[in-house]
Amino acid sequence: MRRVSAICNGTVIDHIPAGNALQVLRMLHIDGSQSNPISLVMNVPSSKVVRKDVLKIEDRELSQEELDRLALVASSASIAIIRNYGVAEKRQIELGEELVDIAKCSFFNCITQNSSEPLPHRLKVLSTDPIEIRCAYCTRSQSLAQIIDSLI
Amino acid sequence: MDLITMNNLTNEESISLLEDAKKLVPVAEGSVHLPLLQGKVLANLFFENSTRTRLSFETAMKRLGGEVLNLSEVGSSVKKGETLYDTMQMIDGYADVAAIRHPKQGAAQYAADAVNIPILNAGDGAGNHPTQTLLDLFTIRQGQGKIEGLNVLLVGDLRYGRTVHSLSHALGRFGASLTLVSPNSLKMPEEIVSDLKSMGCDVQESDNLSSSLESSDVVYMTRIQRERFPDEAEYEKVAGIYKLSKENLSSVRSGMMIMHPLPRVNEIHSSIDSTQYAWYFKQAFNGVPTRMALLCRSLGVDVPEVIG
Repeated sequence: MRRVSAICNGTVIDHIPAGNALQVLRMLHIDGSQSNPISLVMNVPSSKVVRKDVLKIEDRELSQEELDRLALVASSASIAIIRNYGVAEKRQIELGEELVDIAKCSFFNCITQNSSEPLPHRLKVLSTDPIEIRCAYCTRSQSLAQIIDSLI
Repeated sequence: MDLITMNNLTNEESISLLEDAKKLVPVAEGSVHLPLLQGKVLANLFFENSTRTRLSFETAMKRLGGEVLNLSEVGSSVKKGETLYDTMQMIDGYADVAAIRHPKQGAAQYAADAVNIPILNAGDGAGNHPTQTLLDLFTIRQGQGKIEGLNVLLVGDLRYGRTVHSLSHALGRFGASLTLVSPNSLKMPEEIVSDLKSMGCDVQESDNLSSSLESSDVVYMTRIQRERFPDEAEYEKVAGIYKLSKENLSSVRSGMMIMHPLPRVNEIHSSIDSTQYAWYFKQAFNGVPTRMALLCRSLGVDVPEVIG
């Protein structure tokens, strides 16, 4: 059963782990202030995984850089760029070795807490399963919740 | 070559530096003149107070014929709000190598990313202090002849103590067994314990110093650092919790070494100073030859095989 109608143009993010769609919205800086239609369904049954979230963003094609931000919360999501009701492109999400200017380090005494310092914020991905991310400068571990709270 | 954490050096590179340091001892003592770094300039960037580290870097550079620029935070442009990035751009033009101490963790890596000259981390907040680690390893080898298989006790402020953060990594990599002795509020950060376990290091945690003394080869005492506590009341709860005096040493191993990065407050009673166990003043001197070796390495200058 299709819960949300097909979109004409835009991006569909399918197979988001159930419950993570709100985090995906935060990572894409979608906060309701934009005018394009956005459809969100959560915890729907799926044949591939038991339950999933789906996000349809109309009239906006997400760049690969934007999509890669989602690797932390939805690395298994399937991405489709839709043009004229058809799938024009399929894209994969990739978690690189380093997250550059995606989130700030959350440690209060890290040198990067000084907002006047101009170098990029760098978080290193030490392992993906389990996920372990540390600031490239102060080497403090960053939890997923901290990263989401410190998104740039 | 930058030295930000001990991870910048392989075990072989560390040993090679310690061997260079050994050769440089007569130069460090002033008995041999060897101007290997003549014409080179070291910038000593101490944004936080230091006695031994700053002075030993300065002595090391001067004994090798080099020049030293000293920057302290008081009265500097840093007080006027200059970023570390901007300060480093200036230093990049003035010096060939820089030693940096900074209250903010990660500052040394940040400085290294900002400029091209080699950066030597002389302590960043509660982060790392790898040049102290090199001199600690040098001292342990001097006393024990090896590192592998030793039982080492790290005692005191393991949470904020950057010396023990760097040292524990290095000792773990060299195959020493570690007992981490601290009150619960000053335990070693989880990231470091997890790193030690994942490298296969035999690591135990305890809050009791006396129960581990007898089986130890090295007891590394640290000061509980008042300045790192966000809350004075928390400091008072643990200040003076671990103290060693001559009476505690009746059944220790004869070759046991007591070390301390100094300054001490009351962790080691002065009655120990004249015993065979006291290594902390030799350890402080060893900062000079190890930092000499490091300055030469970072500037690409080879230390001759035979000196003197």
